[in-house]
Amino acid sequence: MSNETSKKRTSLFSKKNRKLLSDPMNDSNPITVQVLGICSALAITVQVQQAVIMSLSVLFVMIGGNVIVSMIRGIVPDRIRIIVQLVVIAFLVILVDEVLKAYQPDISEKLSVFVGLIITNCIIMGRLEAFALANKPGPSALDAIGNGLGYAWILLVVAFVREVFGSGAISLPGMGQVKFLPESWFISAGGLYENNNLMILPPMALITVGMIIWVQRSKNRSLIEEN
Amino acid sequence: MAFNKNSNGFTFFFAIAMVVIVGAVLAVTSVSLKPLQKANRAEKKMINILGAIGIPAERGGAADVFAQYVTSRVAIDSEGNEVGRMTGDVDASNMEDPFNIDIKKDFRSKAPASELSFPLFESVNAEGKQLFVVPVVGTGLWGPIWGFLALESDGTTIYGAVFDHKTETPGLGAEIKEGFFQVKFEGKKIDAEGSPYFEVRKGGAVTDEHSVDGITGGTITSKGVGRMIDRTMGYYMKYFAAQSAAQASAQTTE
Repeated sequence: MSNETSKKRTSLFSKKNRKLLSDPMNDSNPITVQVLGICSALAITVQVQQAVIMSLSVLFVMIGGNVIVSMIRGIVPDRIRIIVQLVVIAFLVILVDEVLKAYQPDISEKLSVFVGLIITNCIIMGRLEAFALANKPGPSALDAIGNGLGYAWILLVVAFVREVFGSGAISLPGMGQVKFLPESWFISAGGLYENNNLMILPPMALITVGMIIWVQRSKNRSLIEEN
Repeated sequence: MAFNKNSNGFTFFFAIAMVVIVGAVLAVTSVSLKPLQKANRAEKKMINILGAIGIPAERGGAADVFAQYVTSRVAIDSEGNEVGRMTGDVDASNMEDPFNIDIKKDFRSKAPASELSFPLFESVNAEGKQLFVVPVVGTGLWGPIWGFLALESDGTTIYGAVFDHKTETPGLGAEIKEGFFQVKFEGKKIDAEGSPYFEVRKGGAVTDEHSVDGITGGTITSKGVGRMIDRTMGYYMKYFAAQSAAQASAQTTE
């Protein structure tokens, strides 16, 4: 009995389980390789602070959803499993939204509709369907963390690029937006520089994600499909 | 496993049980967090009203600052008659308190203006100048926009303005909540005889003292700001006119 639990514990960080964490960062990244969750990645990457809080919220919903669905996987009727997943996700998202509104009203205001949009984030449902329904809670949690972080780093990179070139500033939660370019550089003050307003529009997010995919594939040849 | 999880009976049972449990947990969460959320919204409203008269306030202490600068809270009807007045601390549970008039809800309800009452906040700023703060609400491009206008004691000169929005486009329409747009309103005048009373023109347009320049790329939201001021000011202009007429007659009888 004790032997069995210790075996279980070591296996939680086995090579196979570590792969659950590392794969979504690169080889099976939810955004750049599976092209899921693009919708929110385009919408909320205008500022880094939004991206950070969105990533944390997604991470929470993802871990909660994966663990809950994994725990009830034995009794979920097959025919309504998608609805069950949806209810679990919606439940967690509403919980996050309510708690933010009560304890972090300022952050909640900034994220406005984006928190609600986590419900429609395809990555979360994709992982519930593809992984949590067939695996134990432990590995499911690792899978959720891996995918959540895989989503987060793309979001942060895109938000960083867009905020630096679009607003000439960088913002972190709790610090507000810091404009780091001197005023005198701007054309309005007689300089030569102007913020690129195109960067804060959604199409540039898509192009930025495209560039990340380009760089990633040229570094990681195994991702290039043969045809 | 002893039972068949895919039987019709169990499927129904599972669906019902799941909805009941999730519903119960969410209901409990919502009810228990509601007082906090309501307090947060009331505090935000105070911060916005204080912002319109140029008093900085932060979460946690806004109620004290509000009590210091906002002397009385008035409710008027659509004909400009005063129908209620309150002083002292804001009582969030007293629906008679003009502070608790939910103009966003009234705006959504599409009830005729004659059935509604409109709040007005009489305040003094740091220099002891008397100011009226008028809440406004309207529609932007994607959703509701709202704000607070501080008017000087003549009822037409704009002293300050704050605007906020729910879902306007970041970088375009959402800029109405930024300082550079809001300062444009300072010193402008509501056109008492005019139709419209006030206007926000397309970005880059020529403006006079009754209009301001909108945000380039955020034309629909900017015009929404103009429209909401124009629509709301109608009711308040009647009130201010009645006030100054009463004042003038009081002066002549003296």
